Amino acid sequence: MAVKNKNVFDFSPALESAGHIQLKDQYELFINGKWTKPKSGKYFKTINPSNEKVIAQVAEASKTDVDAAVSAAEKAFNGWSSLSGKERGKYLFRLARLIQEKARELSVIETLDGGKPIRESRDIDIPLAAAHFFYHAGWADKLEYAFPNRKTEPLGVAGQIIPWNFPLLMAAWKLAPALACGNTVVLKPAETTPLTALKLAEIIEEAEFPPGVVNIVTGAGATGAAIVNHPKVNKIAFTGSTEVGKIIQRATANTDKKLTLELGGKAANIIFEDAAINQAVEGIINGIYFNQGHVCCAGSRLFVQESVHDEVIQKLKARIENLVVGDPMDKNTDIGAINSKSQLETINKYLKIGKEEGLEMFQSSCSVPSKGFWCKPTIFTGAAQSSRIVQDEIFGPVLAVQTFRTIGEVIQKANNTPYGLSAGVWTDKGSKIFNLTQQLRAGVIWANTFNKFDPTSPFGGYKESGFGREGGVHGLESYLKFND
Amino acid sequence: MQLVNRNSPPVDQVGIEDRIARVTARSIKSDMKLAGLQMAISMIDLTTLEGADTNGKVTQLCTKAQYLCNEYPELPSVAAICVYPSMVGVAKKALGKSGIKVASVATAFPSGQSSLEVKLLDTKMALDNGADEIDMVISRGKFLQGEYDFVADEISTIKEACGKARLKVILETGELGSLDQVRKASDIAIYSGADFIKTSTGKIPKAATLPVTCVMLEAIRDYYLETGKMIAMKPAGGISKSKLALHYLMLVKEVLGDQWLSNEWFRFGASSLANDLLMQYAKAQTGAYQSSDYFSID
Repeated sequence: MAVKNKNVFDFSPALESAGHIQLKDQYELFINGKWTKPKSGKYFKTINPSNEKVIAQVAEASKTDVDAAVSAAEKAFNGWSSLSGKERGKYLFRLARLIQEKARELSVIETLDGGKPIRESRDIDIPLAAAHFFYHAGWADKLEYAFPNRKTEPLGVAGQIIPWNFPLLMAAWKLAPALACGNTVVLKPAETTPLTALKLAEIIEEAEFPPGVVNIVTGAGATGAAIVNHPKVNKIAFTGSTEVGKIIQRATANTDKKLTLELGGKAANIIFEDAAINQAVEGIINGIYFNQGHVCCAGSRLFVQESVHDEVIQKLKARIENLVVGDPMDKNTDIGAINSKSQLETINKYLKIGKEEGLEMFQSSCSVPSKGFWCKPTIFTGAAQSSRIVQDEIFGPVLAVQTFRTIGEVIQKANNTPYGLSAGVWTDKGSKIFNLTQQLRAGVIWANTFNKFDPTSPFGGYKESGFGREGGVHGLESYLKFND
Repeated sequence: MQLVNRNSPPVDQVGIEDRIARVTARSIKSDMKLAGLQMAISMIDLTTLEGADTNGKVTQLCTKAQYLCNEYPELPSVAAICVYPSMVGVAKKALGKSGIKVASVATAFPSGQSSLEVKLLDTKMALDNGADEIDMVISRGKFLQGEYDFVADEISTIKEACGKARLKVILETGELGSLDQVRKASDIAIYSGADFIKTSTGKIPKAATLPVTCVMLEAIRDYYLETGKMIAMKPAGGISKSKLALHYLMLVKEVLGDQWLSNEWFRFGASSLANDLLMQYAKAQTGAYQSSDYFSID
């Protein structure tokens, strides 16, 4: 009497409700603690990439507005930097707690504005953002213990430009250390995902920060350039593409601006035949398809030892069939919408190049919604270091698979890239892990796991993936000068 | 023997826990929940394995198996009744032509500390009384001593004795010490002829868990990828709530796929789970929780 219940245990819609969020139709610039209209009167639209609907109008900051923001930050600096560390810490703790209280609202807005699955914004982005504020709040009055026998001073006004892949989390990475160390800030969120940073501005108001300590100006490249080139800005922190990073480095050369850059990556994820293959497959999936592959440290170059290649590929293909692709607001969605039309065009360009170069492409058989920007999880096999899709950062759910035979060969190939942000090693052998972590030129190396983040752990790159570290004690250094 | 030299792949415990965290974060709602509750009922091996079992107790359990809930006739019956060999005849008679299987534990259950002769006789007794399925235990002592050949030979001998009856091999994972060992024991059982691999006897505190089940399902999947043959799975012990049962189904769906989602390929060894499933099913139908007095406790 075998009861055949074939295919009835299928997912029912499990939509997160958006009824509780409070969003305005129009957002102004947050300058000197006030919501200020842009001088130009110009606004741009921010849309939901999963259905292309306009969510809100956002002010576009011109050079004049950036001037006002920098002046406000400059004026606030004396007061903020002369507060005791304990007092600054209180503000940051308050901010962290308010983020936790509003976690649900922030998660939903992050997902609506950026297209990432609600599961990720709920379980990763927002809790980690709060964790960064908590962690740095703790450092605010302990800087002399972080740097014993050295006299530290804040830098002044920090100009911070952040990307669209983890909007609130990147704001937290930037703001928390800067404020803990006593700097004041002009922050520019990405033009496709400004909303959670603007909600953060509201929270900063609610936490009663002194006016001008945090200024948030929205806009595109020109706004960013105005911050970078502003003579009163003492420090630039940028996370984004290597291309823009290079422009910023050129612009800040010959000035006394301190600079940290966190740029692109093309991480090698290396799986040896002695690895726990089933868990490695999960790790590869998490490494490349987390946040639709919009992750600078994504494990986009997979190196599989030849003896387990067929098994790994077979299991990867089966696994991506299991990934739920679709409405980012559904709690079961694994892969949401691509962040913007232009990013989708970039990804599609690389899919075309991969096929033209004769690589074998495999995509999940899932269907995607007709509206919005979507890319099915994709695997290219038979790739080589010479393949374009292996050389360039695609920033999408696209995995390029190469094989290798020996450990020496894979180390050479893994390092054979202008990038050096992260890498992954999968083996059951501890000695092999230590050998590789010594030899791989990457800022973060994960062993038998991938994409794990924690505020205590410094994050940053080698080579063209940038310089400077964020998180941990190392991250504080970027926001301090040492007078000794 | 080839299987003894076969190296089981390593298992990464942290990776398994990550995977389980993903599976338990799944949202199982509305139609999916109803389907899952029904499915879980159909997969239960309703169990009583007490020294104090009497003919009356077993007969009552068999009645419950056949007439689970009069109010919801659309609900399936459970898959099987699971008893000691001495109770197989009673259960067989009570279940009549209902189609519900009788499973019997055997091989000096639960410790397995006896000779092969005794284990074979134990199995034979269950089969002669009409058991459709045999739940054997492996010799954990021998396994932990590294005598894998001994364990494998024992399983294949019992399998041979089972004839047409399906053989469930209980690994008693709570005594094996690590997930690597669980994987090794699973591989030995599968390659020695197990039709089912089963986690636990239910007689020690550490019974079935999602991580252990995940490792066993991976062993089943790897065997399927290699040979094309399906092996069934039975977690047992400690699964008494619907939510947990639904997590198990989700795990099966994600690791093995929909083809394993029937009582031919997946079972729950449980006694109190049935009533919780009924209660949740009634809640889904009526919108309110019923008193536990509305669900019979045989």
